[in-house]
Amino acid sequence: MYTETQILKDTTQTAANGSEGELVINVGPQHPATHGVLHLVITLNGETIKKVEPHLGYIHRSIEKMCESLTYRQFIYVTSRMDYLSAHINNHACAMTVEKAMQIEVPQRAQYIRVLMDELTRVASHELWWGAMAMDLGAFTPFFYAFRERETINEIMEETCGARLTMNYMVPGGVMADLHPDFVRKVKAFIQLFKDHIDEYDELVTGNVIFQNRMKGIGYLSKEDAISFGCSGPVARASGVNCDIRKLSPYEVYSQVEFDEVLQTEGDSFARYLVRIAEMKQSIRIIEQLIDGIPEGDFQAKTKAVLKLPKGEFYSRVETARGELGVYIVSEGGTTPYRIKFRSPGFSNLSALDHMVRGSKIGDLMATMGTLDLVIPDIDR
Amino acid sequence: MTNEEIKEFITSILPSATYDETGEWLNINIEAAQWRRLAQWIRNAPFDMDYLFCLTCIDWKAHLTMVYHLTSTSHRHTIVVKAKVDRGDAQIETVSDIWRTAEFHEREVAELFGVNFINHPDLRKLILTDDFEGYPLRKDFEDPVNMIRL
Amino acid sequence: MAVDIVLSKRQTPDSKPQTLMFSLQGITNWIQNWLTANLPATWVVIVESLIVILLAIGLFAVLGLMLVWMERKVAAHMQIRLGPNRVGPMGLFQTSADTLKLILKEGLTPDGADKFLFNLAPFVVMIVGMLLLAPIAFANGFQIWDINIGVLYISAVSSLSVIGILMAGWASNNKYSLLGAMRSGAQIVSYELSAGLSILCIVVLSGSLQITDIINAQQNGWWILKGHIPVIIAFVIFIIAATAETNRAPFDLAEAESELTAGFHTEYSGMKFALFFLAEYINIFIVCAIGATIFLGGWMPLHIGGWQGFNHIMDYIPSSVWFFGKTLFLIFLIMWFRWTFPRLRVDQLLNLEWKYLLPISLFNLLLVTLIAILGWHF
Repeated sequence: MYTETQILKDTTQTAANGSEGELVINVGPQHPATHGVLHLVITLNGETIKKVEPHLGYIHRSIEKMCESLTYRQFIYVTSRMDYLSAHINNHACAMTVEKAMQIEVPQRAQYIRVLMDELTRVASHELWWGAMAMDLGAFTPFFYAFRERETINEIMEETCGARLTMNYMVPGGVMADLHPDFVRKVKAFIQLFKDHIDEYDELVTGNVIFQNRMKGIGYLSKEDAISFGCSGPVARASGVNCDIRKLSPYEVYSQVEFDEVLQTEGDSFARYLVRIAEMKQSIRIIEQLIDGIPEGDFQAKTKAVLKLPKGEFYSRVETARGELGVYIVSEGGTTPYRIKFRSPGFSNLSALDHMVRGSKIGDLMATMGTLDLVIPDIDR
Repeated sequence: MTNEEIKEFITSILPSATYDETGEWLNINIEAAQWRRLAQWIRNAPFDMDYLFCLTCIDWKAHLTMVYHLTSTSHRHTIVVKAKVDRGDAQIETVSDIWRTAEFHEREVAELFGVNFINHPDLRKLILTDDFEGYPLRKDFEDPVNMIRL
Repeated sequence: MAVDIVLSKRQTPDSKPQTLMFSLQGITNWIQNWLTANLPATWVVIVESLIVILLAIGLFAVLGLMLVWMERKVAAHMQIRLGPNRVGPMGLFQTSADTLKLILKEGLTPDGADKFLFNLAPFVVMIVGMLLLAPIAFANGFQIWDINIGVLYISAVSSLSVIGILMAGWASNNKYSLLGAMRSGAQIVSYELSAGLSILCIVVLSGSLQITDIINAQQNGWWILKGHIPVIIAFVIFIIAATAETNRAPFDLAEAESELTAGFHTEYSGMKFALFFLAEYINIFIVCAIGATIFLGGWMPLHIGGWQGFNHIMDYIPSSVWFFGKTLFLIFLIMWFRWTFPRLRVDQLLNLEWKYLLPISLFNLLLVTLIAILGWHF
């Protein structure tokens, strides 16, 4: 990866290109606001941003290449490490692609469990985003509020999946194990906890004058640009783009539940904030509809021990907490994929960053980056 | 919008294009040199393929294939365009001015597959170090230190 | 003309010694007498200076440690957690342990830094903090230096701390530090105006720049209680400006963690960093002490003009308790801000000062002067 001399060379190169009065600073790869090893080279004129250049690759593990030598059962585990905050949904996308290729019918119970887990993951991910974003703006307390709820979800996950972050719970044909007997009770308790506390979020952050001033009109992304930059998830929906895969091409039991696709038209940081807060509430709505009706039955379809995909190309899309995740498998008929491509939401969303922050202040960069909800392993893969 | 309409139109401008409808979406196979012209056509009305949601490349050992997954946010029809690229002299014209997301995706493909995107505004390495040799996602890439063969 | 009226007003309230009130004056007088009796005059000054230096350093250290501990506890309570609770009772010695760790750490100086200025900066900031302790009355008759231009002295000396910060930012040879220092310079210079103007309101009302006079003027009620709404406005502006002057959230742009990693002290480590850290808390203490002195009566107990019985009961509470109680309350207020609000952006910060606070405080000063001339206050 980048050596020390490499980084120095990079900076001096860019600095040499900068004209008089410009200041080139490196935000990252170690920086409190990038939440990971993202490296942004910012050209400043005083406090005003002239250009933002992302440099990636600090956590690039070349998962796509690794997957080419892993079997269809093995490669799912690696994908938990992409967008680690949406680990369930990543696994889900991969399992779905394999099922689509092999035409495996997933039992109803497994479908319910998958959707429940996806939505819990989405809430957990948005909770973390909320805390981290507030921290980017200099408010520390929301982080702890967010973790109070997120911790409950992690405990629920741990009981059923055995892990708190990289769950590896979804397998081709269903889920790996049945639900923990306490699952339904604990999820209901969580819903109650969440409903009691969600108003605190608004009191502490949403209504704050300083917060609104920092967010409104910042990092504007028009609808046309959001589409052109390939943005997805809350980032695109805040600009008024209908892009919720759960609505556009419903998978599993999403077609049977009622929920709204949250749309805002302002396209600024505050709109993105509102979309995510509303999405948490929608996720809770989905969970409430499903939690009482989990059907009895198998949690996994009967599959062969060694999976062999037919020759062909298979693509499936899911909605992760950050946007649209696409899994593209090219199969030559063997037990391992010939080529696999993960279309990660963060990569496209990041590409819009430069466009969004040009001409604004350094503080706005943090506010915009916070609402893009970047997870660096998801961008780098 | 149906597959037939799209096929009919594309045949009228690119008679050599072939189609594959076995998968979920319509696949259009073209040559690299034809891509830029086709892209401009399908981006505009009535096809309005404004959302490039996936851009990648496949190394078929004999040649490379650029794969573009396109959809429209207005009529929600999805097509896949596959452009055949010569492996030795891999180059194709950029579409980063048509779909801006292509700028990043093309940079990624350029360094991992060694495809040269003609007229790309900034084709520096995005992920790898500037002095990195070789194209990691090509099938013949060997790295004795970091790659473990199972 | 106005000054004359105010001055004459000042002399009217009787300044008879308060016999009931617990005072440290006895101890200081006793030391003074003992020293003059036993030592030549020069040595008296030297010994007294030494005692004062020791007390100041001791207070500095104790205050720093206590305030850091307090901040952690306050933060913890606001963030639904416990805070330090392992080292000593209620984690009281946690900060001492941290300081010990910081002393043992290596104080790195970056290669490209201006070594002299880099090492000097933390001391400048700290010395300014120490100088400011001089005119503060900690209790009845317990004051290092009752200078007759006390308030002016405080305003003048506190401006010097920005030089230390600019020095640190420039000498570090780091872009983050430089940006932080630039922000800090702009911020402190602007907010000093509002802070100064709101202090002036009280100077106009009490007619003196001397801290003792200002406190004595509040014998029949604190200024915030008897100065009507203009004084309350001045107090609010003072608290905002004080928060900004001490670089505390929501005005902590100079060290904005998520933007500039640590701002002007990014390159500092070990004890040099600790000095900045300590100076921050001492500065908070000082601005809060000043706020408590001029708006809330300093060590003066809660007196209400005319209520003799009530006033006598209040006098039983030692004056140092009053002073520290009020100061700690203001410190708590500032900590509360920090753990509740997000940070402002740099242009919003300057807009707030130049477009809102400064005009308001100018107009407010006019109002207060009017009240003082017409004698409308209680």
